Amino acid sequence: MSFFGQLAQQTINGLALGSIYALIALGYTMVYGIVKLINFAHGDILMIGAFVGYFVLMSMGMSWYALLIAFAVSMVVCAIMGIVIERFAYRPLRDAPRINALITAIAVSLILENGARVIPFMGPNPREYPVLKNATFSLGSIEISNIQIIVIVVSVALMIVLNYIVNSTKIGKAMRAVSFDMKASALMGINVNFVISFTFALGSVLAASAGILFSSAYPQVEPYMGIMPGLKAFIAAVFGGIGSIPGAMFGGVILGIAETLTKGFISSQLSDAVVFGILIIVLSVKPTGLMGKNVREKV
Amino acid sequence: MTTKLRNFIILAGLSVIALVAVSLLIYVGVIDEYTAQILTLAGVNVIVALSLNLITGFTGQLALGHAGFMAIGAYAAAICVMHFHLPLFASLILGAFVTAIFGFFIGFPTLKLSGDYLAIVTLGFGEIIRVIMVNLKDLTGGAAGLKGIPSFTKDLTLQPTLSFTWVIAAMILVIVVMHNLLHSSVGRAIISIREDEIAANSMGINVFYYKMLSFTLSAFIAGLGGGLYATFFGYLNPTMFNFLKSCDFVIIVVLGGMGSITGTVISGFVLTYLQEFLRIMQDYRLVIYPFILLLIMLFRPQGLMGSHEFRLTSVFGPRAKRTAGGKEGV
Repeated sequence: MSFFGQLAQQTINGLALGSIYALIALGYTMVYGIVKLINFAHGDILMIGAFVGYFVLMSMGMSWYALLIAFAVSMVVCAIMGIVIERFAYRPLRDAPRINALITAIAVSLILENGARVIPFMGPNPREYPVLKNATFSLGSIEISNIQIIVIVVSVALMIVLNYIVNSTKIGKAMRAVSFDMKASALMGINVNFVISFTFALGSVLAASAGILFSSAYPQVEPYMGIMPGLKAFIAAVFGGIGSIPGAMFGGVILGIAETLTKGFISSQLSDAVVFGILIIVLSVKPTGLMGKNVREKV
Repeated sequence: MTTKLRNFIILAGLSVIALVAVSLLIYVGVIDEYTAQILTLAGVNVIVALSLNLITGFTGQLALGHAGFMAIGAYAAAICVMHFHLPLFASLILGAFVTAIFGFFIGFPTLKLSGDYLAIVTLGFGEIIRVIMVNLKDLTGGAAGLKGIPSFTKDLTLQPTLSFTWVIAAMILVIVVMHNLLHSSVGRAIISIREDEIAANSMGINVFYYKMLSFTLSAFIAGLGGGLYATFFGYLNPTMFNFLKSCDFVIIVVLGGMGSITGTVISGFVLTYLQEFLRIMQDYRLVIYPFILLLIMLFRPQGLMGSHEFRLTSVFGPRAKRTAGGKEGV
């Protein structure tokens, strides 16, 4: 394949991977925007979502209808999970020093990972994920699989829905208000706790669908599968400017493309190092990210 | 006799007695080889956890990539011994120096950041180090690992005793250095950064300089711990030093109390022992640990000791002043 053919091919692959990262990054960025917490457990919500999808698909057999049910069930389960985690782990620490909240997030993440590992019906061994029959379409020299198309279409659809919720509904307005100033919005009669729970639920729904998409693209589920996509999505969120929703989408796609290009042209093993390298460069040059706001430190 | 001298004699005496006595017990066989190994491993864990405590507990900068530093120290020391045939002691020191150099260059861009960003970037560096270790196949053996690292001695019957003595002696040395550092003006400056960075800055403390100092020293100690780990274990593999390993040290530091040397020593030994003790519970301990961490954060965020120290000198009569130097027993 010619150089440009491969470039285009890897860009398409990157677009599919990047839209999954974008979905996860949205959860990070929304939560960070509101409670200023890196929700380390977000990647593990993705893993839970993938597992729930796996069980639904295994019990119903693979079909379009089953896939739809799998999405719905895992979204509901993960939303509840997100709310529960926020209520019992993060809410008591909302006024605690940031470092404590961060360590709590790491603890929750470890509990979910290792919990999934010890629960008998999940277990530590990787399992093959049921996927649709693979079909590829060729556009000239570029090939795109049906799974990649599903990934991109579902991600874009979810992002449009999210954009609508955040920008055009009452609860979206409340979310933006709380992220702008929590105390002032409480004084204005916004139920801050409810809004934060809703944000966690929304982020978890996106993570759940990202989980199913991710494990359809890389057909495997295991308890620690959420760590790497979670970290990379967080990097995407930082890259785009943490707290900014368009930034997270943009950052996710850029990061996905950067990763597949590294895999295609340099070395597949070094792709993780490149991704973290991007993070370090971004943070040393422009710590607020591409679309982030400058926050001045006040004494 | 001044209090200072008296305390010094008490502490030095106690450390030497404890070290020699336990080593002898291991040599004679009263403490069996298995327990000796756990104690040695605990010593290594305490060294790395202390280094993490220096940057996280005392300087207030959460670092999540200390397994990476440990890996650099471990591989550097092992390569020095195996490829360049340097003596073990020199290799350990050299490994620690290499780690400190890495720490310096990693700290330079990262320590300008604060809080969450710093945590994430150190995590990122930890992962990059691991990926590089996998890819430098000629030097590190790649994903298959590095086998046959020479131990502290070739004599198999002496091995548990000598490993213990080396590691615990290094641990005591690290404790002494850290304690004295933290009670010097440099240490005060470092602690002031944790308490309030802006206030420290306005009092004329070069915040970035002291952060760098603390971070580089932390890398040095972690590298030393890594080198000891490599020598003690005899086998290295990049997956040993993943993010979960870094989390182990965070757990030790947080449980013991961020900003308490004694706390880290106690929780390091207790947790390492528990890890072996809980083997009967198999993988469930993997859930119990973070659950304990969560409960600590919710109900006792300052950890076991908070930022207090348990002073051995205060046990010996009322003349010991709390402000005078105090070091922890083994």
